[in-house]
Amino acid sequence: MTTETELEGQIAEWRRYMLRRKGVEQADVDELEDHLRGRVADLAETGLREDEAFLIAVKRMGSVDEVSREFAREHSDRLWKQLVLTGDPDSPVDAARRGDLLAMVVCAAAAALGMKLPALFGLEWEGDQIFYARNLSLFALVPLAGYFAWRRRVGPRTAGSLAALFALGALGANVYGLDEDSQSIVLSAIHLPLALWLVVGVAYAGGEWRSAQKRMDFIRFTGEWFIYLVLIGLGGGVLTGFTFGVFAAVGVDAEPFVTGWLLPCGGVAAVVVAAWLVEAKQSVIENMAPVLTRVFTPLFALTLAAVLVAVAVTTNAIDVERDMLILFDLLLVVVLGLVLYSISARDPLARPGPFDWMQLALVVSALLIDVLVLIAITGRITEFGFTPNKSAALGENLILFVNLAWTAWLYVSIIKGRKRFSTLERWQTDYVPVYAAWAWIVVLAFPPVFAFA
Amino acid sequence: MRIAKDLVAASSTPLVLGILAEEESYGYAILKEVSDRSGGQLEWTEGLLYPLLHRLERTGHVESSWRTPEGGRRRKYYRITEEGRRELAEQRRQWAAVSEALQDIWKATRSASPAIRPALEG
Repeated sequence: MTTETELEGQIAEWRRYMLRRKGVEQADVDELEDHLRGRVADLAETGLREDEAFLIAVKRMGSVDEVSREFAREHSDRLWKQLVLTGDPDSPVDAARRGDLLAMVVCAAAAALGMKLPALFGLEWEGDQIFYARNLSLFALVPLAGYFAWRRRVGPRTAGSLAALFALGALGANVYGLDEDSQSIVLSAIHLPLALWLVVGVAYAGGEWRSAQKRMDFIRFTGEWFIYLVLIGLGGGVLTGFTFGVFAAVGVDAEPFVTGWLLPCGGVAAVVVAAWLVEAKQSVIENMAPVLTRVFTPLFALTLAAVLVAVAVTTNAIDVERDMLILFDLLLVVVLGLVLYSISARDPLARPGPFDWMQLALVVSALLIDVLVLIAITGRITEFGFTPNKSAALGENLILFVNLAWTAWLYVSIIKGRKRFSTLERWQTDYVPVYAAWAWIVVLAFPPVFAFA
Repeated sequence: MRIAKDLVAASSTPLVLGILAEEESYGYAILKEVSDRSGGQLEWTEGLLYPLLHRLERTGHVESSWRTPEGGRRRKYYRITEEGRRELAEQRRQWAAVSEALQDIWKATRSASPAIRPALEG
């Protein structure tokens, strides 16, 4: 009995090892396993113990590298890893995949329908843009959180917290009677998605949002999801263009359908579809975000350094009009993103190399620019007093400044070999709740504090 | 004696098709059959056999199906197709030609006669 389970364990181990090879697929490993078992049985008949027979059978099969190379030569198409969406109906892996596909379709459909739900109450996509601007993130992210809650089989407590947080978001978005052109309404429309995105993170982590690893996984997911969403968006743009053109050619005006249905419903459904794609391809296709990070980190570092040189040469102060504030905040977010995604893909045990220097240069130049922006903002605030926009910008700059400053310090320590890379990873994942807290403050506390300005 | 790699590769297709022409079979059984028929001279690796079977399947010379025999495990069986039989016949003609030519030449050049090796193994 023990030898039998031992053999099963060994075979399972061998399968895992085999499956990691390029060009070898599930069905091939099934076939090879059958082969292995046949040989083990034959060898056992000659008087060998099963574990000995296993060793010999594996040895006879030849080196795994060689076998998988032969497979790859025959199936060169497999080196281009494909997302297989329909496969062998018998295998349990495919059954799970189909279940997941079903969940995605249900959630995407729910998102698309949910988007049209307010129309039943007379709120039209075209006419009530303010309502939709405030609630768009709810329409898009509730189904997404639902998808993850289903996929991760979250417990009732987590499900309850998720529902409560989304209800809080809905409350924050709609309870304050804000003017259409107030600053607070714009701020709420920007910050609520961020707050709710991190709630999606709780669902993504299956409720284990305290785990640093899960947080890092969610950061990785976010990058990939964004890339997939952009790709789907590009495809959707092409589809929209053709819809317009082709219907115009036959004399039908497609605009009501496109703007009333295709764009809003397709958009929120794409949010779920992109998430599903990321989940499905997770282990199949290499992550894109770290690749883009590699390409753009040096370029951004150069650009920021050039900006600093320009500021030093011309001695012009940074102009902090509203658009500029947003621009600089976005710049810091991009830098943070570059840092995050290079962290997410870096081997924590690798020795510090030139790329780490590049990162440090990027972070330091971003910090210097941030200081200039902070000086400009505080100047404006002392001159004209606090407004929601300036306060939000100030808060964001401070939060990013603290993060980047400590990141720079950690990078210096890591490059000097005094600290391990994992401390930086840990710092970034520990910092995530700060963003959540700030986003919720802006959504919930800013309107009353600034008298709904 | 080790049979040269090229020769093993060249003979693999007709061997598999020939074995499958008798009856449908699965990977391990084919491997054993090849070994038996050649008196142990031809020892194929799995890295040779399975990619070959998959290629023959892709080119339509054989077809496969997963089946679970009574009380056994899932297993992939291969069966020769009509096209495979045609290919086998063609290969047979080619091999016969090669073999005939070789036989002719062996007869003419006595010096190259294979010294029968003493059976070391077994």
